[in-house]
Amino acid sequence: MSEPDTHDDHHTPPEDIVVRVKALENLLLEKGLIDLQAMDELIDQYEHKIGPHIGARVVAKAWVDQSFKTRLLADTDAALLEVGAPKNQGEHMVALENTPSVHNVVVCTLCSCYPWGVLGLPPVWYKSEPYRSRIVKNPRDVLSEFGFVVDADKEVRVWDSTAELRYMVIPMRPPGTAGWPEQKLAQLVSRDSMIGVSEALPASFAADSRVP
Amino acid sequence: MNSIHDCGGIDGLGTIVPESAEPVFHAEWERRVFALLWALGFNGFWNLDEFRHAIERMPATEYLQTSYYEHWLHAMETLLVEKRIASANDLSAARDRAVPTVKVANASAPMNLPAVANLIVNGFPSKIEDDRAAAFKVGDHVIAKNLNSLGHTRLPRYARGKYGVIERGYGVFPFPDKNAHGGSATEHVYLVRFSAQEIWGREASSRDTLRLDLWEPHMELSR
Repeated sequence: MSEPDTHDDHHTPPEDIVVRVKALENLLLEKGLIDLQAMDELIDQYEHKIGPHIGARVVAKAWVDQSFKTRLLADTDAALLEVGAPKNQGEHMVALENTPSVHNVVVCTLCSCYPWGVLGLPPVWYKSEPYRSRIVKNPRDVLSEFGFVVDADKEVRVWDSTAELRYMVIPMRPPGTAGWPEQKLAQLVSRDSMIGVSEALPASFAADSRVP
Repeated sequence: MNSIHDCGGIDGLGTIVPESAEPVFHAEWERRVFALLWALGFNGFWNLDEFRHAIERMPATEYLQTSYYEHWLHAMETLLVEKRIASANDLSAARDRAVPTVKVANASAPMNLPAVANLIVNGFPSKIEDDRAAAFKVGDHVIAKNLNSLGHTRLPRYARGKYGVIERGYGVFPFPDKNAHGGSATEHVYLVRFSAQEIWGREASSRDTLRLDLWEPHMELSR
């Protein structure tokens, strides 16, 4: 990834990131500031338990349950409490509904704010400068690179997460899914559709799409 | 500060490269940095805004050449030294003798197992219950001030000097522009709507809009 250190103005060898992290961890352990068991638990939670499947469940429920959807849009925090979504980095949530006339897409241009509670940790592209710099200025170009061409007469609404509010997109329900149960609908709700760089997956993506 | 982290609208920063079946972490050191930040954070040596500002203070070229978790690592090392929790010598000496760590059964560190469970369920709500009057109401036309502080701010460059409309009041939150610098101010936060053409000019779609969350001191009423 990084270029070899070619500077000749000092004699320290190139820093190995692995050594640097291990050194920091050892130092903090010696000082009694960290607990390794708690760290392992936190890693396990975000690597294996908290992820976009939580948001997908929320969206699928909103698709089938109109009163939940109304609550989700009016008071997102209260509605997420009903489904037991984790709150860390999602303490103050706002759900954004895509409609035939409005498409929502979320970014954090200044750092990488992201609704961890419903989507887990963000993908690298979301945190990287190319997405952060371009989505605010040329959203339609960026969306088309993700394979999603937005009609010219539709509003693209870009949300730059500059404060402690965290945003999630409720994509439109795909056609051909009438009568589907929540669990099956949730298979169509991709992470990208809840960031807003794509639509929900078509009905044919569900594992048992031919069986209603 | 007007550095590279405030990258909204900059051209030439490269193409977007989504990774299929992307893992949550790409290496063990990323896992450790992720957890270290939280574990260290629980000690209360700094707040979130100071942490963000430590990343922003990276030299711009270094910022662009390093990854997200390297930014975190840089900020932790910077703040540990600045807050005199560890010296630069401590850090370099630790690097010289970095060896695998033996796990300890019971540490008294603030982020312990019950704290992790609580963190995930409850997070750290930052909204403040405060009934002070808001300066703006929904529908007010505002202009984002042309502020160019050398410190931390959450008002992106691309919005400065632009006209917008208050769309929603979110209540009172800590004010990062002060909170990152030893202050403890709190201010009303608003959702503000800008047309894409107001920000980017006539070549932008007349339909498209941007929404930002701004604090009261970032704006003034326009007529």
